[in-house]
Amino acid sequence: MSAATVYNFHGGIHPPENKAQSLRLPLGHPKLPEELILPLGQHIGQASRPLVAVGDKVLKGQTIAINNGFLSSFLHAPTSGTVKVIEERPIAHPSGLADVCIVITPDGADEWQELEPLRDWQKVSKTDLLAFLAEKGIVGMGGAGFPTQVKLQGAQKHNLSHLIINAAECEPYITADDMLMREKSLELILGIEIVQHLANAQQVMIGIEDNKPTAIAALEKVIRERQSNIQLVVVPTKYPSGGEKQLIKLLTDQEVPTGKLPADIGILCQNVGTCVAIYEAVQFGRPLISRFTTLTGDGFGAPQNVEVLLGTPVSHLLSYADANLSQVERIVMGGPMMGFTLDSLSAPIVKTSNCILAATRKELPLPEPEQACIRCGMCEQACPASLLPQQLLWFAKSQEHEKAEHYNLFDCIECGACSYVCPSSIPLVQYYRHTKAAIRDAREAAVKSDIAKQRFEARKARQEAEAAEKEAKRLERQKAAAAKPAAKKAAPTKVTEAPAASSAPVDEETKKLKVDLAIAKAKLKKLDKALQEAQERQAVEEISALQLQVDGATADIKEMEAKLPATAPVAKPKDAAPKVALSDEAKKAKVDVALASTKLKKIEKQLADDPDNAELRDKQSALQQELATAEARFAKLQPEQASSEAKPAAAKPVLSDDHKKAKVDVALASTKLKKVEKQLGEDPDNAELKAKQAEFQAALATAQAELAKFEAHAPVTAKPEAKATAPADDEALRKLKIDTAIAKAALKKAEKALAHAQEIGADNVDTLSQQVDEARGRAEALEQALTKGEVPPPAAAPKAEVNQLAEQIKQQKIAAALAKAQVNKLKKQLAQQPEAEDLQQQLSVAEAKQQEEEAKLEQLTNSQENR
Amino acid sequence: MALLRITSPHTHRGGRRTSWVMQMVILATIPGILVQTWLFGFGTLINILIAALTAIGAEALFLKVRGRPIAFFLKDNSALLTAVLLGIALPPTVPWWLTVTAVAFAIIFAKQVYGGLGNNPFNPAMVGYAIVLVSFPVPMTQWLGHADLISAGSTMSFSDSLSAIFGGLSTVDAYTMATPLDAFKHKGGLMSDEAFASVTALQAASLNSWMWVNLAYLAGGLALIGLRIITWHTPVAMLAGLAVVATFFYILDPSNAATPLFHLTSGAAMFGAFFIATDPVSSCTSNRGKLVYGAGIGILVYVIRTWGGYPDGVAFGVLLMNFAAPLIDYYTQPRAYGHKKPKSGVAIGGDK
Repeated sequence: MSAATVYNFHGGIHPPENKAQSLRLPLGHPKLPEELILPLGQHIGQASRPLVAVGDKVLKGQTIAINNGFLSSFLHAPTSGTVKVIEERPIAHPSGLADVCIVITPDGADEWQELEPLRDWQKVSKTDLLAFLAEKGIVGMGGAGFPTQVKLQGAQKHNLSHLIINAAECEPYITADDMLMREKSLELILGIEIVQHLANAQQVMIGIEDNKPTAIAALEKVIRERQSNIQLVVVPTKYPSGGEKQLIKLLTDQEVPTGKLPADIGILCQNVGTCVAIYEAVQFGRPLISRFTTLTGDGFGAPQNVEVLLGTPVSHLLSYADANLSQVERIVMGGPMMGFTLDSLSAPIVKTSNCILAATRKELPLPEPEQACIRCGMCEQACPASLLPQQLLWFAKSQEHEKAEHYNLFDCIECGACSYVCPSSIPLVQYYRHTKAAIRDAREAAVKSDIAKQRFEARKARQEAEAAEKEAKRLERQKAAAAKPAAKKAAPTKVTEAPAASSAPVDEETKKLKVDLAIAKAKLKKLDKALQEAQERQAVEEISALQLQVDGATADIKEMEAKLPATAPVAKPKDAAPKVALSDEAKKAKVDVALASTKLKKIEKQLADDPDNAELRDKQSALQQELATAEARFAKLQPEQASSEAKPAAAKPVLSDDHKKAKVDVALASTKLKKVEKQLGEDPDNAELKAKQAEFQAALATAQAELAKFEAHAPVTAKPEAKATAPADDEALRKLKIDTAIAKAALKKAEKALAHAQEIGADNVDTLSQQVDEARGRAEALEQALTKGEVPPPAAAPKAEVNQLAEQIKQQKIAAALAKAQVNKLKKQLAQQPEAEDLQQQLSVAEAKQQEEEAKLEQLTNSQENR
Repeated sequence: MALLRITSPHTHRGGRRTSWVMQMVILATIPGILVQTWLFGFGTLINILIAALTAIGAEALFLKVRGRPIAFFLKDNSALLTAVLLGIALPPTVPWWLTVTAVAFAIIFAKQVYGGLGNNPFNPAMVGYAIVLVSFPVPMTQWLGHADLISAGSTMSFSDSLSAIFGGLSTVDAYTMATPLDAFKHKGGLMSDEAFASVTALQAASLNSWMWVNLAYLAGGLALIGLRIITWHTPVAMLAGLAVVATFFYILDPSNAATPLFHLTSGAAMFGAFFIATDPVSSCTSNRGKLVYGAGIGILVYVIRTWGGYPDGVAFGVLLMNFAAPLIDYYTQPRAYGHKKPKSGVAIGGDK
């Protein structure tokens, strides 16, 4: 063994070790207690979720609770038996509060569940291995009980220079790790190898205090035998050399930057107990159900180390090791420096319980009364974090929190060295704990008030925006109403528009609420993510602040959700009513159409007065285009409408709605056509108008066709739809309806394209008509399916759709190519006869067509990619 | 069985209580007191006794006035320590009422009024000393001389000491002599080597007697460092500060300035460095701060000795640096674990 350099850390103390007492007897194995009490929160993070119910039979090693979130762990039955009760029991926690526990009555058979080891751990992926460890409930057994897989996962993101195995066990009295290393030295080394496989650090070190010669010898032997490159570094006995940060300083001379993790400087620390647990989990599939615990103190007649099942009540161990309860004054879980007192003997052993110290008054006398601090500085000399405890005391007492933070209060590891040496017996650590808690509370309160402020401001802004929007809408409506009369006469739509407007506010409110809800949910998601990140980084401070925010957001969402159903029922029935279903967007599109047409009319009038004005002409054409796009958008929104209208359960109104819409379409198209024809009469040479005329004719034809279809289908579809209302919320049926609507829309589009192609005499008529047939086929098939109330195989439908889309794209490509070819041909012809006006017109039409085709192609491709 | 609920740590270092700390400091003054008694008679011991009684009385009285438990605080030995330090610092022949005045003022106004032990911003013993020094300069500058140099020809007897302190000894002048520092300060136009040759108080016997006193306190101080009751920072910095400045001016003007050794071995140099400046309550608290604080005292001592109105400057040097201690503390925080560099200054609006 090459002796590694051992560095030093500031401060530290040498309290009496008191380790010999518990090492005189060999490792004990207490009998099964009458009941095993398993707290759900034995680790840092969220408590586990129980998987068993009262009365369930469980086998030894069976998972009885699973992790509840990222920073959580599994829990297993330590023996076979029955789940007696799941209730709050006093647990081993500094707060002394009770917590939810699964209580198991052992059946005495100690019957194992079939275990599944992971012997080929070197072959499986690291993620799988980590997941395996998580399922075996492995947590850090040194102190905090940090879920091991989380720690390892976090460490994997860094390039590790050192893997440090913490075997220092610097607390007086405790010898559990010492005993573990003696008993399971080989298992420990094998466990370290697994951890090293996961961590892949450049150097593996075991840091052990020089007061454990037997364990050192045992480990050296195994390391030699296995020719392992693990370095056993013996450090001088000094408290708190077993503190993670102090051990890192001792072994590497590096300091973990404040607020960071060892992993941030490429170091990972693991406790020896954790390594052994990892080995046993991987090799034998044994979950973490027992641990080594030291029973020591003058209160015990037979102080010793025991391998004890998790959940064993402390009282059971006290009687096992002949405790003289009349003498015991203090029962400490953990060591005398950092342990906490128990006030209930029924508290159970958990994954992190390394010692039960039953002390007599003589052994751990009452602390002397606190005297004044004379700033002697002994605490400063002892502080392993190089703080100024005497100054911190002043700031703690005077509640100068800012100064306390400035003096690095949060770098205090609460090791108790300062209190130990204080000549005035000042419970310094307690002052610091209190001040830290007060500062955290203040921070949380600040976060809370910030959130409240944000919420208030957001609400105010929202209300203002709502008011402004309402005002704008009102104005718009006024304008639109003024512009509409002409259109109203032509289209019976407007009759139904009126109720829509009246019901709009409610609808609007619901929608807004929904939007708010969506925003809030998105925010929550983001917060959740941040929280998880914080948990990954193990930033305790941040976690609590974020948790608060998450709670706030969740409360918000709940509130909104509560509000939503209140308004929804009002809105829903109206949804079912014929015209309300016009989506907001569609409405807007309609308004746009109306606006554009008014403007166009005005310009045309002006143009009639001043026919030579080029500017007006330009404007006219621009407006025409605008009108066209607005109409197109409106038309596009209609099919969506159909799909959204298909949703409401009431079948009849939906049907009549579609029907009506088709009629409206026909009416609209015919009006438009008429208008264009009129314009054409005024300006017979306008190529654009001609093209438009053709387009409108096609649209009219489609609309009429659809209307006819509706009139034909109406009696047929009405029945099944009505039937469908009975089963009400059938998800599949609804999907089918949507599919039908989409198919119909596709059909419509194809038909339109076909009509257009026929109009301009394109060569791709055949392919387009084929396309139309296909689309119609699909639409009809779907409709039939709908009629029968049958649900096509769920996988098939989307697949068919994809296929169809691919087909469409293919054909669209052909169409685009053909259009291009035509353009080229025309261009060539034009080159030969540059004066031919009709050729020029044809060319412009063909070019428009080509562009359109290409746009369609692009759209189709996009939609495929989005899938 | 009633289980105790208490937070960690559950064990404490036994024995090393505050009263023990005070006691150790008192015990560490014994070598110095012995040497002083051997050289200057029993006056010092009588002073200490008077001071101790006064201190305990004043402390008890004011604890009662302040409504604090009397026995609990008296047991911490802090008043006793103040009394011992003052008793050592006062000349062996000062009248008893002067000692009583100094101690009472130290305990009542420098300590209890501020809130008792641990809350006094100034070193109580030095406050008491300064008060009587400015109020009664004549008895305060009357020190005894070495037996070989004074007209009485021997050390003051116990009865003479008693009558000097309580009755006013008519023959007291036969025993008194200026201290070397006093003599050197008032050497008038003499060059230093002329002064050392001609002035009685600067004879080897006088210088040596003060050197012995200083060495005795040095020994006691080292014992305190050995017991880890004080750290080396303050005394070393103070002596180094004094020595460096003295060396600088000695090199600059050897004919008028005294040697650094003279400064280190006369007056209250060692006593001040190990027993006065190290008072934890009123001094700086971090190791770096102690260095600054000690060096400041050392420099001030030289300044006062050389250019000030008093022959020695420990009391005023310490008091002046007491003023500066909190400020120094703000700028001399140690580098805490995990921090690249130490924080300094006062937190304004929080820095996290």
